[in-house]
Amino acid sequence: MKKVLCLLSLTFVLVFSTQTWGQKYFTRDGRITFTSETPMEKIEADNQKATSVLDVESGQLEFAVLIKGFQFEKALMQEHFNENYMESSKFPKAQFKGMIAEMGRVNLSKDGAYPVTVKGDMTIHGVTQPVSVDGQIVVVDGAFTAHASFALAPEDYGIRIPAMVRDNIAKSMQVVVNVTYEPLASKS
Amino acid sequence: MNQVIFLSLLLLLMGPVLRAQEDLLSLLDAGQEEQVEYTTASFKTNRVINLHSLESTAGGVFDFKISHRFGFLNGGIYDLFGLDNASIRIGGDYGVSNRLTIGAGRSSYEKTYDGFVKYKFLRQSKGKRKMPFTAAVLASGAIKTVNWPNPDRVNYFSSRLNYVFQVILGRKFSESLTLQLSPTLVHRNLVKTLREKNDVFALGVAGRIKLNRRIALNGEYIYVFPDQLAPGFRNSLSVGFDLETGGHVFQLHFTNSTAMVGHGFITETIGDWRQGGIRFGFNISRVFTVKRPKF
Repeated sequence: MKKVLCLLSLTFVLVFSTQTWGQKYFTRDGRITFTSETPMEKIEADNQKATSVLDVESGQLEFAVLIKGFQFEKALMQEHFNENYMESSKFPKAQFKGMIAEMGRVNLSKDGAYPVTVKGDMTIHGVTQPVSVDGQIVVVDGAFTAHASFALAPEDYGIRIPAMVRDNIAKSMQVVVNVTYEPLASKS
Repeated sequence: MNQVIFLSLLLLLMGPVLRAQEDLLSLLDAGQEEQVEYTTASFKTNRVINLHSLESTAGGVFDFKISHRFGFLNGGIYDLFGLDNASIRIGGDYGVSNRLTIGAGRSSYEKTYDGFVKYKFLRQSKGKRKMPFTAAVLASGAIKTVNWPNPDRVNYFSSRLNYVFQVILGRKFSESLTLQLSPTLVHRNLVKTLREKNDVFALGVAGRIKLNRRIALNGEYIYVFPDQLAPGFRNSLSVGFDLETGGHVFQLHFTNSTAMVGHGFITETIGDWRQGGIRFGFNISRVFTVKRPKF
């Protein structure tokens, strides 16, 4: 009897610590696109190698993306993006670290679309800025995806745009994030 | 028994505390496969000045090129320092893939048509695969269509042909410095005298210093090994700036060469830098994306 109780409590601990507390979800192939649209030119870039980890218990959320991983329609645009604007040899990654405040209201066992607000620090081009973004978590059959769309201004991150091309590059970029999360296998 | 329950409770309580400190993304580091990172933008365009640079035209991109070389500066004010005369080449390069470039052009210099194929077989990279330099091979041919100077003698079509074979070895040492070597063989089907060689060996040396995000300083020198050319021909030396705007690259330079095709600037350069035998010139490159890559 004592042994059974003992085993039960241990099982309880193991189950609880891996599932309820700090269950984490991740992706290595999140998709981040951004669009700059002006009457002169529309520029689109696509990165399908964004990494992200979400702790569904605490709501802690992180993203990282390699700047050189953004694909452009025009090869020259891609080169200029890395060389002249993002200086991606110096600042290879963009990162986001933040929290989903309403994570507690997202029921991962019930299908539905849950609106959430993500707050945290965005680091691009070596400059960190606080951001607050409205997003959505969509649960379908126990799997879930996250979506967000928001605007970023290159100037806020110390990215200089010369007067010569000022009309070709938008003051504010529309960023779209689409991520499908998978459970992160616990190593312990 | 009590100890076990106590320990379990302790673990239960400590769990979230222990986990809250973690850097979440570091959880992904293990098992993350390292990527191959190819070096890009070693030169602003696929020419240094006259020489081909180690860069290729990107796959699916057409690069329209207009180049001018004005007259010699020592023509003085009478020729407006050479601006009265111009030698021109109009051409286009196309990136069949990111490694294979083809191109063609027509020069006013001896009314020459030229074409080339260039293949990059090694790409400087770091990360998963490390390669210290980029290497490419270039083969080009040119047809001079200028009227025969002696129409009375028997002239063969093959006499109009000239070829250049080149290996391009280069490395981007840092964001600001790129250097390359171009061992070259020029084959001329017809030479004027017996003393001139049909096969001419030369070594091109070229480099780029990036001054800021949009301006780079380029230089190239082509050393022709001795006793292959008739007296009076000189090695080609050129220096210039690359100015890059949105879709254009403007290359402004000074050079002692007139021709913009390989056999011309390597074996037929007559200008002497020390005597003002220098020309002002420019290349304008404008790229058009013909085939868009699939995402």
